[in-house]
Amino acid sequence: MTAILRRREAAAYEEAQISNKRWRWLFYLVFIVAMLFYLMPIYVMVNNGLKDAQDVSLSTMWNPVTTLSGGGFLEAWNRLSPNMLNSLLMVVPATIISAFLGSINGYLFSKWKFRGSDLLFTIMLFGFFIPYQAILLPMVQFMQTLRLYGTIPGLITVHVIYGLPVTTLIFRNFYTNIPTELLEAARVDGATLVTTYLRIMLPLSVPAFVVVGIFQFTNIWNDFIFGVTVVPNPQAQPVTIALNNLSGSFSVDWNVVMAGAVIAALPTALIYILLSRYFVRGMLAGSVKG
Amino acid sequence: MSTIATEPLVRAADAPRRRTIFNERIQSFVVLLPSLLAIAIFVYAFIGITFWISLSNWRTLRPDLTIREPLLQTYADMFAMPRFQADLRNTLVFTLMFITMSILLGLGLAILIDHNRKLLGIPVFRNTFLFPYALSFIVTGVAWRWIFNPETGINLFFDILGINTLLVNSGMEPLRPGWVTDPTVVLQINDIIASISPAFADSIQMKLGVPVALIPVAIAATWQLSGFVMAMYLGGMTTISQDVREAARIDGANEWQMYRKVIIPILKPITISVFVILLHISLKIFDLTFTMAGVGPGFATDVPAIFVFEQMFKATRYNLGSAAAIVMLILVAVIIVPYLRYSLKDES
Repeated sequence: MTAILRRREAAAYEEAQISNKRWRWLFYLVFIVAMLFYLMPIYVMVNNGLKDAQDVSLSTMWNPVTTLSGGGFLEAWNRLSPNMLNSLLMVVPATIISAFLGSINGYLFSKWKFRGSDLLFTIMLFGFFIPYQAILLPMVQFMQTLRLYGTIPGLITVHVIYGLPVTTLIFRNFYTNIPTELLEAARVDGATLVTTYLRIMLPLSVPAFVVVGIFQFTNIWNDFIFGVTVVPNPQAQPVTIALNNLSGSFSVDWNVVMAGAVIAALPTALIYILLSRYFVRGMLAGSVKG
Repeated sequence: MSTIATEPLVRAADAPRRRTIFNERIQSFVVLLPSLLAIAIFVYAFIGITFWISLSNWRTLRPDLTIREPLLQTYADMFAMPRFQADLRNTLVFTLMFITMSILLGLGLAILIDHNRKLLGIPVFRNTFLFPYALSFIVTGVAWRWIFNPETGINLFFDILGINTLLVNSGMEPLRPGWVTDPTVVLQINDIIASISPAFADSIQMKLGVPVALIPVAIAATWQLSGFVMAMYLGGMTTISQDVREAARIDGANEWQMYRKVIIPILKPITISVFVILLHISLKIFDLTFTMAGVGPGFATDVPAIFVFEQMFKATRYNLGSAAAIVMLILVAVIIVPYLRYSLKDES
């Protein structure tokens, strides 16, 4: 009986292999067409960004670049570099702080549960999904009273606080998978809540920190709404807002806008290309059910 | 989990031990307190204030938090505004187009990749499909704005491919869609509603149908998020064991039937997650439409998030902007609260 089954299984597998081979070119064709779709906007941005001002015209958008003088990149960099720096000064501290707070919260919510802690966690997590329009006005006023309005520290504060739910979620899911026996053993040896965290959990958390770090870096770098509402001064705004202004301005050549889009996208794009494995993990973990 | 595990310890041990554990629970709460307070203020108190403002008379630069009479008048005004009605229509139409396209494309790519796991170059394809997810909506908006510019982009292909020459030669107009600048609303159902309920039809102050200008925006959003859908499904497909697949094959299912009748039903929880996440992104969509199309001709590409932003930060009609923000919040909460309950109940 099993022999028949196994033979059938083998036949089915072989059949699948043969049909795979026969249709291979068709699959490649589909994949290549899909790839063209996904790469098209990238091509438009890079290609036209590289064109010189006199070569860039609406009717030759798809023509490949012929000169190699850097096109609009130099001017785009000159216009956007202060904002790139603002973004960097905002995103690095905000990512680090929100990751650490998320780690502590996640540790407590997963390993030091008390009555009602699951409910508190759910209430906190809801903050990740709200449309920020529903808090913008009071938040901006609160930032003004704290004298953080219009500043990078103000943006860091906002991103850390609204980042708490998701960083807590990812760390909580991560720590849930660490065996509780490990903590029990430490507790019997007299370790407290704080020492258990520092000596046992923190050293085990490096992969979670990488995942959360990438997730938060991408989220905060790509933010638009907080940047545009908390910081009114164009010189002090993050790069996403500067790029939007650049794109809407009629006095700027089109190649500069395209080059600017590439520059603004570069940090998160590089992180994706270099660390895509962790990027995907963070993305999946951020969807509540890891 | 941890409480259950500690129970024997507690019972066996003496009173001081029990007190330590009690103290530790208190400690846990104390350490959590700053974060909980921050969320209480920045999420819940601020939502409360926004709701208050939405009920107030504050519609100039000078703050006025007295409650407007009659109650909810701002909401009534808002729902009667042609612009806000168009925003709700746009949200519905955009959501339907965007979610359908993203799930079909994302699931299709996931099946193709899953089926061809051993094919050379698969990681390159997969990583390319997900790449847009790493970019900001602003970058996406800037690029797609030019691709769907009527003077350039996609429309050039109609010339390059000779379609327009063909059309002109046969006496027809050349194909030059206005994309995001097109004010047309197709599939209008105003008349149908009027024949059912004239009173209700009178309250509808806009063309109820599909604004053509939303299609390019939905395509751009699909470009950005279909890779996410693919990655979610692929993550689920890797957890399905080979035995399940073999069993389906032995039962005589071909590859397509195996996916349709076995794999996709197993991945139902993922479908739910994907659906809820895309839906809440769609209800909140702001940066992409703002950069790519703005409010559009006749508010064809306007969305509630842009409405709120403009009422609050340009028109200084704070009560109106807040009312729209509360409507957005309610729409999101209606899908997210059950989702969180379902997700978190499952794990315990």
